[in-house]
Amino acid sequence: MLFGRLPRWAAGLVLVLGIAGCGSPQPAAHQGSAPASSGAAATEVTVFAAASLTGTFTELGKIFEAADAGTTVKFNFGSSATLAQQITQGAPADVFAAASPATMKTVTDAGLAGTPVTFVRNKLQIAVPAGNPAKVDDLRDLADPKVKVALCAEQVPCGAAAVKALAAAGLTVTPVTLEQDVKATLTKVELGEVDAALVYRTDVIASGGKVKGIEFPEADKAINDYPIATLSKAPAGDLARRFVDLVVSRQGKDVLAKAGFDTA
Amino acid sequence: MTSAPPARHTGPGAATGRPPWGLVVPAVLGLAFLVLPLAGLLVRAPWSTLPRRLAEPQVLEALRLSLVTATIATAVCLLLGVPLAWLLARMEFPGRRVVRALVTVPLVLPPVVGGVALLLVLGRRGLAGQWLESAFGVTLPFTTAGVVVAEAFVAMPFLVISVEGALRAADQRFEEAAATLGASRWTAFVRVTLPLIAPGVVAGAVLCWARALGEFGATITFAGNFPGTTRTMPLAVYLALETEPEAAIVLSLVLLAVSVAVLASLRDRWVSGP
Repeated sequence: MLFGRLPRWAAGLVLVLGIAGCGSPQPAAHQGSAPASSGAAATEVTVFAAASLTGTFTELGKIFEAADAGTTVKFNFGSSATLAQQITQGAPADVFAAASPATMKTVTDAGLAGTPVTFVRNKLQIAVPAGNPAKVDDLRDLADPKVKVALCAEQVPCGAAAVKALAAAGLTVTPVTLEQDVKATLTKVELGEVDAALVYRTDVIASGGKVKGIEFPEADKAINDYPIATLSKAPAGDLARRFVDLVVSRQGKDVLAKAGFDTA
Repeated sequence: MTSAPPARHTGPGAATGRPPWGLVVPAVLGLAFLVLPLAGLLVRAPWSTLPRRLAEPQVLEALRLSLVTATIATAVCLLLGVPLAWLLARMEFPGRRVVRALVTVPLVLPPVVGGVALLLVLGRRGLAGQWLESAFGVTLPFTTAGVVVAEAFVAMPFLVISVEGALRAADQRFEEAAATLGASRWTAFVRVTLPLIAPGVVAGAVLCWARALGEFGATITFAGNFPGTTRTMPLAVYLALETEPEAAIVLSLVLLAVSVAVLASLRDRWVSGP
């Protein structure tokens, strides 16, 4: 009854779209990599990267494209765990950069990636909103029930790191929310909806002063290694290797270090 | 019920003879497109471990929270949405077209955008949220009430559209007759109009409930995600997918079964009507 009075052209449009969608052999897959399958050298490389790499990898993508006219880098940023699932379900990716060895392992265990290399490390910080309304100074303050805390869910790397750090400090923190990725966690701080959150140092820097970062010693017990690997079914294999080379190069490390990653 | 609603197309509308292929083929394709993904869930479901997974406390907790919040959200929508639909259907006022368009915006808005909007208005630092906190000590994000708000925001248009449609289709002469017999507008609404449009209201409420049950984007953005208070089934599915796809399938199956059961049992009775 909702759609009973749709004009006829709209119904027609829906039909045509439906047929077009069903007719194409591989809907939504391999759209960009058609040149690779037709024999010519690939000009597009698809990189699946952890959400925390959004800024740095976008910049590296521009450097890559500038160095090699005619190539494009396509990114899919998201939670590492989600990306790993997408890759094991057959998503057409050439490179995978994860925020934790555990999520990379999902992909290597499935036999879908070459040997991963750790290219950066990331450390947690306490992020507080401008003005620090709850007067948070160290990790212990997060255990105060009056302080509203957001953490990443344990299923995603930043959450696993948070659990490790809190365990190292021997603290029990009851968060008000367990967010699905680090950016969502940071947003809750930026909006002032929570008094504190545990996010990566790089995310604090990326927020451009909207949140304040507080170092804490237990963060050293929960350092996250970021592995990167080319995928064995990479439609653009050669470009994939060149992109990984760029990431681990001096130039790549400079970009990553500037964003707060530990590249040593 | 004081009187039966006026009969709409009573006779069997189906024409006899061979149906044209130009309609049957796309119709079957359309059906397959809608049903096959659901069948995929059934095929891939880990049947052997299903009972054990279903009995897990987190699953039951998420399901209970989903059912409770969707029901409360529907009640809120009924309380606010039916009068809104009446206003749109029965009253002439300037800007009515704009209001009607605005009411349906949440239907097409990405739910995440809805969640952000709610956060900016009702969040702790939001325009109204600030005042709520200072005056009443109430904050909505990260609470079950916040889930209800997010669900109601996204689901209410379904109710308003259904009820407004029913009001427009209802015979206004009954209301006029009630008025000539001395009934006030309120009495006429409660005693005459409401019974007349009851099937439309129920249909709208069912759609609204089902939409609230499936709400994800606005909930995770506005209410957050914490077991027992804000983690509804769709959020549990999303998070389970991160590490345990099989658990996500099980949760999806439960949500699917509940939705289909409710829609099927009510749809025949109310939505298609006589």
